[in-house]
Amino acid sequence: MGKPIVEVHDLTVSYDKKPVLWDIDFELPTGQLIGIIGPNGAGKSTLLKTIMGLVEPNSGFVKTWGEKIESCKKRVAYVPQRESVDWDFPASVLDIAVMGRYPHKGIFARINNNDKDKAFESLKKVRMHDFSNRQISQLSGGQQQRTFLARALTQDADLYLMDEPFAGVDITTEKEIISLLKELVSKGKTIVVVHHDLQTVNDYFDHILMINTALVAEGPTSEVFNETNLKDTYQGKVSFLNTIGDVIKEQEFPVRKG
Amino acid sequence: MELHDITTFFSFSNHSLNVVILGTVLLGITTAVVGCFSFLQKRALIGDAISHSILPGVCVGFMISGSKNPIYLISFSVLSGLLSVYFMDFIKRKSKLKNDTALAVTLTFFFGVGLMLLSVIQNSGNAAQSGVDQFLFGQAAAMLESDLIIYGTVCLITLIIVIIFFKAFSLVSFDVNFGKSIGLPVRLYQFLLTTITVIAVAVGIQTVGVVLMAAMLITPASGARFWTNNMKKMVLISGVFGGLSGVFGAFISFILPNMPTGPWVIVCLSALTTISILFAPSRGILYGVKTKKSWNDKLNRENILKAFYHIGEPDQDFEKSLSMNDVIFKRYFTSKQLTRGLKQLKKENKLTGINGKWTLTLSGLKEGKRLAKIHRLWEIYLTKYLNIAADHVHDDAESIEHVITPELEKELEKMLGYPEMDPHEKEIPYE
Repeated sequence: MGKPIVEVHDLTVSYDKKPVLWDIDFELPTGQLIGIIGPNGAGKSTLLKTIMGLVEPNSGFVKTWGEKIESCKKRVAYVPQRESVDWDFPASVLDIAVMGRYPHKGIFARINNNDKDKAFESLKKVRMHDFSNRQISQLSGGQQQRTFLARALTQDADLYLMDEPFAGVDITTEKEIISLLKELVSKGKTIVVVHHDLQTVNDYFDHILMINTALVAEGPTSEVFNETNLKDTYQGKVSFLNTIGDVIKEQEFPVRKG
Repeated sequence: MELHDITTFFSFSNHSLNVVILGTVLLGITTAVVGCFSFLQKRALIGDAISHSILPGVCVGFMISGSKNPIYLISFSVLSGLLSVYFMDFIKRKSKLKNDTALAVTLTFFFGVGLMLLSVIQNSGNAAQSGVDQFLFGQAAAMLESDLIIYGTVCLITLIIVIIFFKAFSLVSFDVNFGKSIGLPVRLYQFLLTTITVIAVAVGIQTVGVVLMAAMLITPASGARFWTNNMKKMVLISGVFGGLSGVFGAFISFILPNMPTGPWVIVCLSALTTISILFAPSRGILYGVKTKKSWNDKLNRENILKAFYHIGEPDQDFEKSLSMNDVIFKRYFTSKQLTRGLKQLKKENKLTGINGKWTLTLSGLKEGKRLAKIHRLWEIYLTKYLNIAADHVHDDAESIEHVITPELEKELEKMLGYPEMDPHEKEIPYE
């Protein structure tokens, strides 16, 4: 066994002075479809952003392939929440997908036909190739999500981190996306998905993280996705941590650093 | 205004005039190009905040150099502008105040300090001080050749930076997190973008002054957005708007006595943007009106053809000559609608009209038949697949029949298995 693809050690992260992740420890297996589940405000997106290096932790660290994420960024693709950008930007679907070539070429190199071909291939995989010249403000929610996925596919990474790729997406698109993700996993890619629909957890994920500020459970879905853990994640005693978090924010208590 | 003035202007033979024209054009292009990024980052008022916040810098620059040396003025302007941006950022991060409040507080504070310094300068008795207050309203016409060289160089450097960092600036304007996620130094790009915005404002107030500066930055970009969905084209169009307005402003102030350049530049920019909002294809207001009208015409024509078809259907005689009243008896049209529709159909060779009697042509018959078919197929689709009662499907079919394309028509026929009768026991006419 080599180094784990993602190692999170003693991680505490706060958002707007409130700790939203608390003493999180886990390692993720390679080549699996991994779900992060938990209630709203449980810190799911923050966890993903911290792994990606977009948010600075108060304490603890994240390693990918045993190294700092900064040195592995070419191998990791991040799919932000669809609502995080303004879709009325003057760009076409292909313009967005081709951004996935930036990590390989740098941002100053000219985009050539080879880059466009690669982006177009990714658009084909998410069935958006017929829309490649479409202005992005004219897309439906599902099409926007697929455009973001195509950008990530163009990055041709080994680890994919996706923030709520199924939010506001119709059921057909969701099924298409999940089968695409499963295909990627069968080729040895590792995919981490923030998810909130408990109905589909068993079908979708090989491995899950159940979090609510703290890590409640982590492991193969068949082992950890059970009633006790669900109860602990969604109502149980962990939500006390949330209350403490609110107090910390209110009193401006310094969360430990370093 | 005399013809002589106009020919003088466009022959570009007057040297000091050329300096003014070149200056306003360069400044117009630079601010318009840089403004595209402020516009897309939804920071339309940032130009206003920066331009007001530059005033103390202008004053300090003057106090230190003791003259209106452009190098001092620009350097201190940029310093003061950058300071204001970071002040705004600091307020936003460290307090719970929102963006607009931070902006208003910063703008007024810096401008207040600027006005205070301005009166200190004016009371100092320095002979060179006359004209410092022109920074409030611009002084393009007073531009000297030596100024032009400096302002022009600054503009060109700014434009070159935009060209080099074009993709980087676009990326931080669209999706900062993605940029960070692939390891780009987005902070650096954002700093650079802020800096050139401040520089553009600092040189731009030469033309229009502090008060109107926001328009130089945002108005051309907002107009350009209407013409294109492509970032590069948008920046290009915006630059053209800025440049044209520069020429126009210089032109008006040359041919009309006592007319200021800056305000006319803004008037021209606003006119270009208004034209864009009204007339631009697909995004413009009139385009929407036109599309609606052409749809209404199409609906009207197709309804007339269908009425002709329905009249001929019972005895399968489609060569009847019908008066307007015959048609209205079958289906209600206002006589204005009907006259307009008949005229258009005659032009399209779908109908022939002689002495107020109208007859379907072969292609008119084909079209009428097709519409009747789609209408009935759609009714079947609704009753069969969506379980809608047969007496509720007519109105829906009335509108859907007009949008179904030949491809969808074939698909619909195939899906329903070429049925013979619609839910109301009417025969479905195939070719």
